[in-house]
Amino acid sequence: MTSLLSILNRPWPWYVAGPLIGLAVPGLLIAGNKRLGVSSALRDICAACVPMQVSLLHYDWKKNVWNILFVAGILVGGFLAGWVFPNPGPVAISGHTVADLHRLGVPLQKGMLPVSLFSWKGLLSLKGLILMIGGGFLVGFGTRYAGGCTSGHGIMGLSSLQWPSLVAVSTFFAGGIFCTFLILPWILKL
Amino acid sequence: MKQIKFLIAGILFGIVLTRSEAISWYRIQEMFRFQGFQMYGIFFTAIPTGILSLWLIRKFRIRTLQGEQVRVDPIRFNWGIPLGGFIFGLGWALTGACPGPLFAQIGTGFTVVVVTLLSALAGTWVCSALHSRLPR
Repeated sequence: MTSLLSILNRPWPWYVAGPLIGLAVPGLLIAGNKRLGVSSALRDICAACVPMQVSLLHYDWKKNVWNILFVAGILVGGFLAGWVFPNPGPVAISGHTVADLHRLGVPLQKGMLPVSLFSWKGLLSLKGLILMIGGGFLVGFGTRYAGGCTSGHGIMGLSSLQWPSLVAVSTFFAGGIFCTFLILPWILKL
Repeated sequence: MKQIKFLIAGILFGIVLTRSEAISWYRIQEMFRFQGFQMYGIFFTAIPTGILSLWLIRKFRIRTLQGEQVRVDPIRFNWGIPLGGFIFGLGWALTGACPGPLFAQIGTGFTVVVVTLLSALAGTWVCSALHSRLPR
């Protein structure tokens, strides 16, 4: 029983997870000519809940109910793999990253995110506000502006060999690296 | 009920994202600091799997379950792609999540990420509202 549990709890290496993620591309196409892309679901939720006077949010979002179901499924998947059968230890990141984050005052804790930053209490601090509200806004704004995110451009776009998606992914990383080295240290000092 | 397969596909996708720790803030930091291979390994195997699958679909003229021809519309370049891409990258490093993982992070018990998600929805809404005024 303990060994069965440890199989369910164990993190999966990249060579298992990567091909499975890649299979979402043909899976969704064959299931009904659907393109993998989660940021579109964010727009569909906006169109369904608060279209207001925004002309771009007035379209038949009901055609995209599949995508809203897909992201609801991702939440359930996170619950099963991260709450029902969680990895009992912290994420096994490189010792260099542990040291770098330690220097920035972020301890390696159990769970997918540092509780010291991402908690309801943390939301009351300036740091937490910038990370969660500011960061979330940039994710939503940026992916809509770019017309896709890591799934839509990164996996779907690159799998179908579309060069604009390569531009997208390069700038995702440019922004991420810029933020990691030049903005995040400054925010964590607040 | 015909749509239930997309819920199941989402559950499987969420399990893989979570078990592989692609939804982890720590893993994203490791990735942007070039200190680990897990995230790069995922991309470097997921994309060839997608390429190979699309090639097989074309070669064997595999159709959708509804019997339609499989269609992938081309993505046309506009300047929103690099501009928005950079903005998203900033947010990815802060939240440790792209849009998919936001949902998975909530599922793992980080209920506060609901706030991050609501803020992402606000960002999507504002971008849609400003659409005609943003450079492209």
